[in-house]
Amino acid sequence: MALNQSGWRPSTPQQGDGAPATFTGNRALMLEEPLIFEIGSTETTGVDFAAGDVAGSRLGDLTRTAPIGLAGLSEQETVRHYTRLSRQNYAIDLGLFPLGSCTMKHNPRLNEKVARLPGFADVHPLQPVDTVQGALGVINELAMWLIKLTGMYGVAMSPKAGAHGELCGILCIKAALEKRGEGHRKVVLVPESAHGTNPATAAFAGFTVEDIPATADGRVDTAALKARLGPDVAAVMITNPNTCGLFERDLKEISDAVHAAGGYVYCDGANFNAIVGRVRPGDLGVDAMHINLHKTFSTPHGGGGPGSGPVVLSEALAPFGPLPFTARTADGYVHLIEEERAEEFSNEHFDGTLDSFGRMTAFHGQMGMFTRALAYILSHGADGLRQVAEDAVLNANYVLRSLEDTLDAPFAASGPCMHEAIFSDRGLAEGFSTIDVAKGLIDEGFHPMTMYFPLVVHGAMLVEPTETESKAALDQFIGALRSVAERAKAGDMALKTAPHFAPRARLDETLAARKPVLRWKPPVAVAEAAE
Amino acid sequence: MSRYFTEDHEWIDVDGDIGTVGISDYAQGQLGDIVFVEVPDDGRRIAKGDEAAVVESVKAASDVYSPASGTVLEGNPALVDDPSLVNSDPEGEGWFFKITLSDPAELEELMDETAYAAFVAKL
Amino acid sequence: MRYLPLTPADRAEMLSVIGASSIDDLFADVPEAARLDGPIRDLPGHASELAVERHMTALARKNMVAGDVPFFLGAGAYRHHVPASVDHLIQRGEFLTAYTPYQPEIAQGTLQMLFEFQTQVASLLGTDVANASMYDGSTACWEAIGMARRITRRGKAILSGGLHPHYVSVAKTMAKYTGDVLDTALPVLGADTDIDALIAKIDDETSCVVVQYPDILGRIADLTPLADACHAKKALLIAVVTEPVALGAIRSPGEMDADIVVGEGQSLGVGLQFGGPYVGLFGCKEKYLRQTPGRFCGQTVDADGKRGFVLTLSTREQHIRREKATSNICTNSGLCALAFSIHMTLLGEAGLRRLAGINHANACRAADRLAKVPGVRVVNDTFFNEFTLDIGKEARPVVRALADRGVLAGVSLGRLYPGEDALANGLVVAVTETVTDDDVEALATALEEALA
Repeated sequence: MALNQSGWRPSTPQQGDGAPATFTGNRALMLEEPLIFEIGSTETTGVDFAAGDVAGSRLGDLTRTAPIGLAGLSEQETVRHYTRLSRQNYAIDLGLFPLGSCTMKHNPRLNEKVARLPGFADVHPLQPVDTVQGALGVINELAMWLIKLTGMYGVAMSPKAGAHGELCGILCIKAALEKRGEGHRKVVLVPESAHGTNPATAAFAGFTVEDIPATADGRVDTAALKARLGPDVAAVMITNPNTCGLFERDLKEISDAVHAAGGYVYCDGANFNAIVGRVRPGDLGVDAMHINLHKTFSTPHGGGGPGSGPVVLSEALAPFGPLPFTARTADGYVHLIEEERAEEFSNEHFDGTLDSFGRMTAFHGQMGMFTRALAYILSHGADGLRQVAEDAVLNANYVLRSLEDTLDAPFAASGPCMHEAIFSDRGLAEGFSTIDVAKGLIDEGFHPMTMYFPLVVHGAMLVEPTETESKAALDQFIGALRSVAERAKAGDMALKTAPHFAPRARLDETLAARKPVLRWKPPVAVAEAAE
Repeated sequence: MSRYFTEDHEWIDVDGDIGTVGISDYAQGQLGDIVFVEVPDDGRRIAKGDEAAVVESVKAASDVYSPASGTVLEGNPALVDDPSLVNSDPEGEGWFFKITLSDPAELEELMDETAYAAFVAKL
Repeated sequence: MRYLPLTPADRAEMLSVIGASSIDDLFADVPEAARLDGPIRDLPGHASELAVERHMTALARKNMVAGDVPFFLGAGAYRHHVPASVDHLIQRGEFLTAYTPYQPEIAQGTLQMLFEFQTQVASLLGTDVANASMYDGSTACWEAIGMARRITRRGKAILSGGLHPHYVSVAKTMAKYTGDVLDTALPVLGADTDIDALIAKIDDETSCVVVQYPDILGRIADLTPLADACHAKKALLIAVVTEPVALGAIRSPGEMDADIVVGEGQSLGVGLQFGGPYVGLFGCKEKYLRQTPGRFCGQTVDADGKRGFVLTLSTREQHIRREKATSNICTNSGLCALAFSIHMTLLGEAGLRRLAGINHANACRAADRLAKVPGVRVVNDTFFNEFTLDIGKEARPVVRALADRGVLAGVSLGRLYPGEDALANGLVVAVTETVTDDDVEALATALEEALA
């Protein structure tokens, strides 16, 4: 026979005995990546420009001569830098992302494609109105859908995100009260379980915030709320379905009572995903509700934005909504109503006068999110959107009932949950808390659930699977969470140091906050600062 | 010199008409690692129960209420550079501020060390 | 229903695990009167990918695309060439479909990117620190005014007439509810900025002066005397930059001692997108850090001593401080910040300076050419890549008429300041690296005919 000359003698891989350190610090596909300032230089650029003289002469005496300190990379290095960084992120494209209240659902790529059509992506917000009829048409068409899906009277499209939408709704309420001569109403009632943006928004608009307690079954204490109503109450801000994942059964009754007492009802629509197509907030007496397009209508979260927070409004509040807005006339033309034309359109669209509280942002809102949301809505249609809510609720209940024997589910007896299931840290071993379960889930290849929110549940774990998970994915997640929970109940110390397999172990947040380092500085500057 | 405690876990040491205020060892334990402390400006007049200082961990911010009325003499400058003193020595070097008491009689409503220990034991 | 993976068999099996007889059982908490018995009527049903794409494409075609015509619009949104790799990289699913980095061990990609973004923005604006982004320039501007109120404990803000009118509008809206008093002015169609007038207005009640650099008419002025005058009265100087590329050519506001510098970052990486989403830049002196709005990413180490990054200083924010938060902002513009940062990394300092140089040179040539059009006067002595023409007649209908001829000529001051006769003849013209000499010639010719 001819002997193998190459020296490569294939054999069954042997089991290793622990991972050795590597020269680079890399771990095969897990690559360490320095900062651009450590690998680039101010002389490097990845962009070619036309040659030629660029002497300028009209800058006054303000030419920037001092070094700026912006490191550049070549195109190849840039692509590699950001590709490497991207691989240190968990994302919905990688797996189930059960972050309660955040609605991490699949982001269809059709939406990305249409948003990039030059007719949407390469259009200036101040072009003459008849050169942007398609863009205004998108806004108008999406507005129509939002109004019909919510059963409301009007919609303000310009708010930039959910919290901006909340502000929009609260400013409408304030403007309406002032118009009625009741600007003295200063109190906004907010349930304890509310998102932090609710009280922050109300306070920003000059209102005093008062907490409304929850009942033992996880809902707003209707009796306490009603008892607090009076001539000083401007509004109630209520989340429905609420942050415990429960439908507020009494919302209509609450709305009627608030209206009878002269106030308005703001509904935080962060969880609209659970009820779209099954319930219209307008039928529950809501006066204003923001819709996070990045939650219910699946525009991508992008690692923290951009969002988009249109606000649907009741007939009582619609006249006070922000500028600009669109209006389609019988001839099919879509008008853009900015400051100067408000008068003209108030006669056409409202019996009374239009009384906009003003502008909340430059230009017209998050157009790039509108195109994506509209593509998503058209894809589903009225029937598909109803199915979205049904599957979201089905998936959450499946998780709840599959795990209630292992984890404490404080509201399991309150009936079905809506789009999210809530568990507490009760029953975990002494010294173990929600964070240990969360970090253990990371090692299992899942993003953790929302931790320690809402505040009304001790050690809360809020799980929102969303409708875009298959049963197989849910079963795997349930198995993983069950396993980690059992370990936490048994006091498995390995959980206290989890995650073990992530790009980083637990990070020292105390150090980051005590001595904030918020930007890179050249080593020389760091050394001088230390002296 | 005598030390009093509030139900909100502040303590005050009284020496003549000067009071030194901080938060209790129990309180620092509940907050976790302290990362920032904001102390009141010198000369500020505060009433008993007013929000006088803020103490922050990574995940929480808590107001510190003045146990007594008076005028602020000084905030503890050491906490600006080293807020961890509140963790390591809450009832000593980790004091927050000193005030000139305007109404020492208010102190009678507060708990002494024994009463506070009993109060905490029930929490 | 291509995005919904559950099969009818799955649903039936899951219902049985739950112990419910039908999906309606799960919605039992909805009051009967409010239950919808089926899909909402008079709305269409689901549609194929092909059908949706066709519908959206038809809408897109109704718009005049900036890249298809000679294009000169600016006034707060600028058309620049964005390298192809930017859009490719932001579409990586690990960036596009990640959430806010609340679990830092599995979000180091986003966090390191934010740390780099903060460094780039602070360097560009000339500030000690910069945050992880705001919604856009206009909302960042308002947040800065609110921050100045908290720092100075004063309630009067002086806004330059050169500040973008939409930014002024946003501030006016918010001030109605916070009780801030705003001293505002209109721009004057002349070569001089209103810096001297601003200095004269500062008094002991002034919280801040807000000035745009370059301003809405494109003019540039040294901010140093204004900063000195503010500081003499213990007021803050807030500088607003709507065209960040300019800072590759002209001194940063931070170098001129501005206390807070905010900006619109859209020019780099983001694109026009009919006005949004954009990315607000927010930088300031370090001593004001604790009063800032928005998120910060900070450097730290992990349990093994490796460098890593986390969101930090969160106690200023709404999810912890609730009604005492410095702002109600939660979601920001993460993905647009990424696009900005990638574009800036591709440019580097040398590239940014070169890009700025080309913009300015193009604008200088265009201004010289347009000045030769009979009846046209260039208002500015100073500018970067945007200047204002006085065309001797109302500009808004002229812009309208030129659009019919396939030229998007600029932004008329009539559009920005409706009803202000003294400004009606003004036309703001932006000239970036995307504008060719042929484009300028087309504008000059069309303008000449329109004015004849």
